Amino acid sequence: MGIKVQGHPLSPAAQRVMLCLAEKNLDYEFVSVDLTAGQHKKEPFISINPFGQVPGFEDGDLKLFESRAMTRYISQAYADKGTPLISKDLKKMAIIGVWLEVEALKFDAAGHSLSFEILIKPILGMSTDEALIEPLQGQLASVLDVYEARLAESKYLGGDEFSLADLHHIPIVNNLMKTKVKSLFEQRPHVKAWCDEILARPAWKKVLEGARV
Amino acid sequence: MAAAPVTVYGPPLSAAVSRVLACLLEKDVPFQLVPFNIIKGEHKKPDYLKIQPFGQVPAFQDESITLFESRAIARYVCDKYANQGTKGLFGTNPLEKASIDQWVEAEGQSFNPPISVLLFQLAFAPRMKIKQDENLIQENETKLAKVLDVYDKTLGESKYLAGDDFTLADLSHLPSTHYLLNSTDRGELFMSRKNVERWWGEISGRESWKKVVEMQKSPPPRRA
Repeated sequence: MGIKVQGHPLSPAAQRVMLCLAEKNLDYEFVSVDLTAGQHKKEPFISINPFGQVPGFEDGDLKLFESRAMTRYISQAYADKGTPLISKDLKKMAIIGVWLEVEALKFDAAGHSLSFEILIKPILGMSTDEALIEPLQGQLASVLDVYEARLAESKYLGGDEFSLADLHHIPIVNNLMKTKVKSLFEQRPHVKAWCDEILARPAWKKVLEGARV
Repeated sequence: MAAAPVTVYGPPLSAAVSRVLACLLEKDVPFQLVPFNIIKGEHKKPDYLKIQPFGQVPAFQDESITLFESRAIARYVCDKYANQGTKGLFGTNPLEKASIDQWVEAEGQSFNPPISVLLFQLAFAPRMKIKQDENLIQENETKLAKVLDVYDKTLGESKYLAGDDFTLADLSHLPSTHYLLNSTDRGELFMSRKNVERWWGEISGRESWKKVVEMQKSPPPRRA
């Protein structure tokens, strides 16, 4: 019973979920999945995530895949605990919903690939494909131009308050700030201020401490 | 005559636009469609960029609210008009919603990327006289096949993706699948998988989707 997250502590998707749980002050069990042994492609994990990907999530009888479905669920089911991450106001939630999609489909496409190429591949003993970096940076820069305009009018992406839309960015922003890609963020003053704020959140520091393996 | 409060901007042939139209029709929400001439670049003009900063379609207005991103629009429509049309489209409680959300996310993250590449390579590139990339086609066929294997297994256990009722999870897949089946020769990817084939027959046979297909076939009305 209770909340269980299965994955790898350094995976951005798993971190997204753990961060959401930390913001909500929720207890949970973290189970490490042995990716090298292919544990994620077999039972019992496959019953939780039929795509054989991490993370997997359980809350009582509920089983979920896709980190962003997990965080949406946690934010709604535990709306009155910890930091409010969504809004009960239909219009405000709709705007948060827009930026949730932007992160998932536009920011993550370039951000995740850059993080993987530059940071993760060397750890796995693979080499960065340099030919991919420039076009990916160009892609990310276009997205960040839109963010710069948005954050000039709105304190956070989804509105005046920190929300799930900002939270979803934190793991990848954190990774990219350790690479040369950080210049893309630092060149845009509103984006830079927003990054500094969201990375400084105590819940994120808690997740990073837990991730030190 | 009062204008309908809901307005959708974009051509019905766009997959993302038709995703929104299908949702509005399922929820019996009256709307007006402002078709865009993408070839004339209307979606890149300053007035449009104010409501859709990425210069893409669709954009959506409902009373005072302006939204973009088709899946965000669909979720909003389901929440606002929860008590009309297909009631369980986005679930009736948080657990159902979560089960549907995971498939909507999977559609966006795992299904949409490979199928979009295939549609571009197989249906659009030839029309635009761009050379097809055989490696890219192979790679993305393989990716899509793996995803459809998961779908086929799931649909062997439940009638629709998120359970026994039609939901946003299924609806999200309608536009791109329709294109692949009708505008390319790769329909076998779906039709060779029995449960996926059965599911496609059901979801594409819905009145709402048939209406969207009709809208896609009609010539755009002349603007006054």
